[in-house]
Amino acid sequence: MTLPPALDQWLTAQGWALHPHQRDMLARAGAASTLLIAPTGGGKTLAGFLPSLAELADGRHKGLHTLYISPLKALTADIRRNLRRPVEGAALPIRIEDRTGDTTYTQRRRQRADPPHILLTTPESLALLLSYEDAPRIFAGLQRVIVDEIHALAESKRGDQLMLQLARLESLSPGLRRVGLSATVEDPAGLAAFLGANTQVLQADPGPDPDIQVLITQTPPPWSGGGGRYAIGDILAQVSAHKTTLIFHNTRAQAEIFFHHLWLANSDDLPIGIHHGSLSREQRERVEQAMADGRLRAIVCTGSLDLGLDWGDVDLVIQVGAPKNVKRLVQRIGRANHRYNAPSKALLVPANRFEVVECQAALEAVKARDLDGEPRGPGPLDVLCQHILATACAAPFDADALYAEVTNAGPYASLPRAAFDACLDFTATGGYALRAYDKWQRLMQRDGKWSLRDPRTATVIRQNLGTIIDSETLKVRLKGRMGGTPLGEIEEAFASTLTPGDTFLIGGQVVRYEGLNEMTVQVSRQPGRDPKVAVFSGTKFATSTQLSARILSLLQQPDWPNLPAHTAQWLTLQREVSQLPQPGRLLVESFPYEGREHLCLYGFAGRNAMQTLGLLVTKRMEDQGLAPLGFVATDYATLIWGLTPVTDPASLLDRSTLRADLESWLAGNAVMKRSFRATAIIAGLIERTHQGRRKSGRQATFSSDILYDTLRKYDPDHLMLQITRAEAMRGLVDFSRLEDLLTRIGNRIDHIHLDRPSPLAAPLFLEPGKVPVHGLGREKLAEAAAAQLMRDAGLI
Amino acid sequence: MYTFRLATADLIALPSGALRWPAQNLLVVSDLHFGKSERLARRGGALLPPFENRETLARLEADLNATAARRVVCLGDSFDDLAAAEAMDEADQLWLTTLMAGRDWIWIEGNHDAGPVSIGGSHRAELTVGALAFRHIASAKTPEISGHYHPKARIAGQTRRCFLIDAARVILPAYGTYTGGLHAHDPALTALMAPQALAVLIGKTTLPMPMPR
Repeated sequence: MTLPPALDQWLTAQGWALHPHQRDMLARAGAASTLLIAPTGGGKTLAGFLPSLAELADGRHKGLHTLYISPLKALTADIRRNLRRPVEGAALPIRIEDRTGDTTYTQRRRQRADPPHILLTTPESLALLLSYEDAPRIFAGLQRVIVDEIHALAESKRGDQLMLQLARLESLSPGLRRVGLSATVEDPAGLAAFLGANTQVLQADPGPDPDIQVLITQTPPPWSGGGGRYAIGDILAQVSAHKTTLIFHNTRAQAEIFFHHLWLANSDDLPIGIHHGSLSREQRERVEQAMADGRLRAIVCTGSLDLGLDWGDVDLVIQVGAPKNVKRLVQRIGRANHRYNAPSKALLVPANRFEVVECQAALEAVKARDLDGEPRGPGPLDVLCQHILATACAAPFDADALYAEVTNAGPYASLPRAAFDACLDFTATGGYALRAYDKWQRLMQRDGKWSLRDPRTATVIRQNLGTIIDSETLKVRLKGRMGGTPLGEIEEAFASTLTPGDTFLIGGQVVRYEGLNEMTVQVSRQPGRDPKVAVFSGTKFATSTQLSARILSLLQQPDWPNLPAHTAQWLTLQREVSQLPQPGRLLVESFPYEGREHLCLYGFAGRNAMQTLGLLVTKRMEDQGLAPLGFVATDYATLIWGLTPVTDPASLLDRSTLRADLESWLAGNAVMKRSFRATAIIAGLIERTHQGRRKSGRQATFSSDILYDTLRKYDPDHLMLQITRAEAMRGLVDFSRLEDLLTRIGNRIDHIHLDRPSPLAAPLFLEPGKVPVHGLGREKLAEAAAAQLMRDAGLI
Repeated sequence: MYTFRLATADLIALPSGALRWPAQNLLVVSDLHFGKSERLARRGGALLPPFENRETLARLEADLNATAARRVVCLGDSFDDLAAAEAMDEADQLWLTTLMAGRDWIWIEGNHDAGPVSIGGSHRAELTVGALAFRHIASAKTPEISGHYHPKARIAGQTRRCFLIDAARVILPAYGTYTGGLHAHDPALTALMAPQALAVLIGKTTLPMPMPR
């Protein structure tokens, strides 16, 4: 395939020459499935589109030709603008439109009646399109599907859902060609199999090594805490010295706190904005626009800017806090210098002494091009349940045909028929062992085909499509006329702890909580006061297995000339006071602090597995009468506190009964309930919206907990519980990583008694996300608290 | 359990959410919401685990065995709707009938189940025993025992269902398995209850505390 002359001339007139991989994509235009791996700035999106532009240039194709799917709504609009330039410049007869949750109703209706040649959309909008009765007509002539940032989609259930949709599209338009576009991939073959059988991998020149360093600050990082506030002066100096800087944080809360203090220190009034997923859309769009116009010198941001928008002027990326995962770090570094073959410049800012070690390990991994990543599990069944329901919305289906179609999707290629049947049974009858909904099945078999019993339920099913489960949030608005200015959203759990007069940070400003009106948090401005708290937890990533191993081996060095002196001294102090954790052994420290007995286990198994370790160990402590009160887990350690000291940690870590304990622990813990809630929403057991009205988050949480308890009791082998368990084992619970740890350490446990927290343990006291243990200890405290309130009120 | 006096009656709030009046050999429960899953399924919604009836019945049976009450007052919204009452599973119906056998059983009407059901027992809009009135929704006519609001409250980071108790009235927590709750600090509840009101949290034990406002 060659470029149409008009486009060729236009490109030449712009002084643009195609990169080799862009030519390769044209040459392979006929391939059934291609995965293009190219560095950021390498023009991979255009590479993906070139064959479409060539095929559409003669104006003969009627209807939809190419479907482009991106993980971000913002990206679809951006790509539409970028794509229109060559198309309009070369006067090609090609209609390009985007379709997302933000597209107007009228436009969406028109798109269904008269689809454009190229439609840019997201997996969620595509799911909706495919659920309509007229889907076969819309997609009949579809030739190509382009999946952008496919590595990002593959990290979540959105990717599984999308691959099921591609299988559906393949049935509607046989011979469909697939293209996946990706920047950083640790396992190209795995990602290729995810995209589809017989996918060819096209690897572009990866470009020069990034220029990456740990920022040397005047003030050493604090002993503990996060957010990198100590480095603000040095970071501002870097911002001044560069054109545009992206300052990445790992959580929204840290981004907020950092931004607040950055502004207080910003004596030069450098224009700096903030961008994260909890801010209102209006606010995010303002920042994006200002950035695109080159009006900002820096943006404080989170994962919301990991992907996408092409801002050519970014010449420095600063990562505040340890990057947790080498692949993500490389991705973020790639945001600087969106120019092909120019090295990206990045600085790492460890937030505390431990992160100095982690940043050093990550830096060495990037230099070694040693990317990390856990292998993908098989396609999750809750997503399949949703897909079955969505399929029924479009038209009655034959079970055998749907099974065959589903196994064409990469993640479901080895799906057993029994598992498919269990999902079908769940969507049709609820799948309960003990009692059936004879009269009220959701799907009925009529003339051999499955269809909705009540066609009106299609509306509800469509409203619940998608695999993104929002945490329960409330909108925050400034109190005032016209409903007040929207500022963003806060988690409902956080809102419920506020009382009028409390102050907190949102969008970089301090606001005062006034009250709750319907589902909106009303606030007023409160300048110049220290906020009580910042709000959102955001996503917490677990440090990858590979990076953890690198950190542990770094700790084994006799001294640390590659680390700053302060951190080397800290590790030396830990070695003197206690000892440093070693690979193949487990360091356990016991010490009293502030009236509670503490136990610190340095497992280095990642946040999720360390959290599970906390849950299992506290359960055993409860059984042994040690009255644990709670714990907190980080990527490297779990800190447990309680009323009684632990003398024999080995008895708490006995692996032989661990599995059994895990099973009984599954009965009632919050992590499992959260996991169940997500699964139940995706599979259609709980509705996230009903007749257009969003259920209040609190009620949804409450009822899903009760459903979980009820199922556990009456139908413990129910599909939803099987899925929840399987998910938790590799996700939130990460039991496999914990088992690996316990296998590795065997009985090599080093138990050290101290009279105060050790240097390594100290940071844990300031960790957010403490998990309460609802046992004897807490029952005692609740009684004491209630009695105190009664006494204070003069009632006893 | 939490023992208190309303008007002249000595009452006991049980950790299960039932209210006991020993002098009258009487047990009160509210908002059982039998048949909730069946009602949602009928309307074409999700097919929830259809086990809430037996779960609610199991707890009710335990309370009846423990208290040996001869008279039972269900304070309304006993059924999620009237059709749900008629469609109750045979085994569940039999179980309920067994519990009712030999007891004076009074169904008070609620907003979900206005109208008689064929299940037996007597059906009343309201009931008066001694000085106390029993109705679904709290009114100005006190002393009274009511339900309807499904009150809940927070203590030490936990949310629990609760009784609300002051000198004039008691509001019972929802007893049914598939029920949500309304925070005690909601204006609907703070407007009803006197400033000195208590919230008695239920669960493993009863925990009295000043009603959160």
